[in-house]
Amino acid sequence: MVSEPQGGLTEYIQHHLNHMVINFRPDAGAFWNVRVDSIVVSFVLGALFCLWFWLYARKATSGVPSKGQAFVEIIVEFVDTQVKDTFHGDRRTVTPLALSIFMWVFFMNAMDLLPVDLAGWVVHMVGGPETAHHTFFRMVPTADINTTVGLSVAVLFIVIGHGIKAKGGFGFGKELVTAPFHAENPVFKAILVLPNFFLNVVETLSKPVSLAMRLFGNMYGGELVFMLIAGLMVSWISFVPGVVFNTAWAIFHILIIALQAFIFMMLTIVYIATAREHH
Amino acid sequence: MEINMTFLGQMISFAILVWFTTKFIWPQISGAIEERQKKVADGLAAAERARAELKDADAKVAVEIKQARLQATEIIDKAQQQGNQLLEKARAEATEEINRLKAQAQDEIASMAQRAREQLREQVGALAIKGAEKIVQREIDPAAHKALLDQLAAEI
Repeated sequence: MVSEPQGGLTEYIQHHLNHMVINFRPDAGAFWNVRVDSIVVSFVLGALFCLWFWLYARKATSGVPSKGQAFVEIIVEFVDTQVKDTFHGDRRTVTPLALSIFMWVFFMNAMDLLPVDLAGWVVHMVGGPETAHHTFFRMVPTADINTTVGLSVAVLFIVIGHGIKAKGGFGFGKELVTAPFHAENPVFKAILVLPNFFLNVVETLSKPVSLAMRLFGNMYGGELVFMLIAGLMVSWISFVPGVVFNTAWAIFHILIIALQAFIFMMLTIVYIATAREHH
Repeated sequence: MEINMTFLGQMISFAILVWFTTKFIWPQISGAIEERQKKVADGLAAAERARAELKDADAKVAVEIKQARLQATEIIDKAQQQGNQLLEKARAEATEEINRLKAQAQDEIASMAQRAREQLREQVGALAIKGAEKIVQREIDPAAHKALLDQLAAEI
C-alpha cells in the first residue's frame, strides 16, 4: 500500500492495473497511446536474452563446452527437439523463432515473480509519495493484451507466410476456398466456396486470438491474485497467512510461467506445421 | 483490454528479436552442437573399429603362436633325430675303427712273429753250423754245405 496510503484494496488494485502511458497524438484518441512500461520492460528482457545467448553463441565450441554454453545448449536442444517432433522440414528459421518466443515469453512472464510493489516502492523512494501516486508502472509485459496480441499477430503473419511458401500463392488461395469441404461437381464446388472461405477465415483468425488471450489471461489473472494477496498483508492479523499464500502462489506460478511460454511456443510450431500441410 | 500503439511496438520488438536469434544465436549454437555430435559419433565409430582390429590382431597372434609352437616342436624333433643319427654314425665309425685297428694290430703281430721266427731260424742255423764246426774241429766249407744247413734250419 505504498502508493495509495488513503485508499482501500479496490483503489490499490486499480492503481496497480494502470499502465505508464505516453500519447503522441492526444487529440486522435486512445489508439495512439504507447504503454511505455510494457515496451521498455519487454525490450530490456529481449535484449537480455539476446546478449546472454549471443555471448555463448559467439564463442560456441564443438569441443568440451563450458557450463554456461552447456546450459544454453540444453535450452536450444530442448526447443529444437520440440520443433523436430512436430515440424518436419527446414528448421533453420523455425527453431530460432520458437526459441525467441519461448525465452522472451518466459522472461516476460517471470516478471510476475517480482514483488507487485517493487516498482512503486522504487518510485516512492526516488520521487516521494506524491510522484508515486501519479506514476504507474506494470512490470509484466505479458499481462498487457498489446504484447500478447503483438506476438500472436506476428506469429499469424509468419504462419500465413509459411503456408504461401509451401503451397505457392495460388495453392494457398485455392485451399482457402476448397477446404475443408470437398466436392467433385463444379456446381457444388462453387456453392462451397463461400462456406469454405468463411470457415478458413474463422480458423485462421482464431489462432492468434486464442494464443493472445490464453497468455494474457493467465498472466493478468496471476498478477491480480498477487495483488489480492498483497492486500492481505495490510493488517497484522492477516500478515502471516498473506506471506504463506504469497509463497504458495509464487511457487505455483513458476509452473504457469514456464508452461505458458512452452504452450505459446508449441502452438506456434503446430500452426506452422499445419500451415505447410496440404489438404 | 485496450489495443493501442503498444501492440505495433511489441510486434516490431518481436521481429527484431526473431531476426537476431535467427542470425546470430541459432546458427552458431546449432553448428557447435552438430559438430560435436559428429565428433562424438566419429569417436565412437573409431573406438568400435579399434576394438574390431584388436580382436583381429588377437586372433592373428593366437594363430602365429600356434604355428611357432608347432615349428619349434618340429625343429626339436628334427634335432633329436639328427643327434641320434650322428650318435649312431659315430658309434658305427668308432666300431669300424676299432675293428680296423684290431685287424691291423693282429696283422702286425702276425708279421712280427713271422719275422722273429725267421730270424730265430736263421740264427739257429748259424748256431748249428758253429756248433757243428766246433764239433768236427775242422773247417767245413760253409758254401759247400749251405744247402744242407738250410734244410736243417728249416726242419728246426
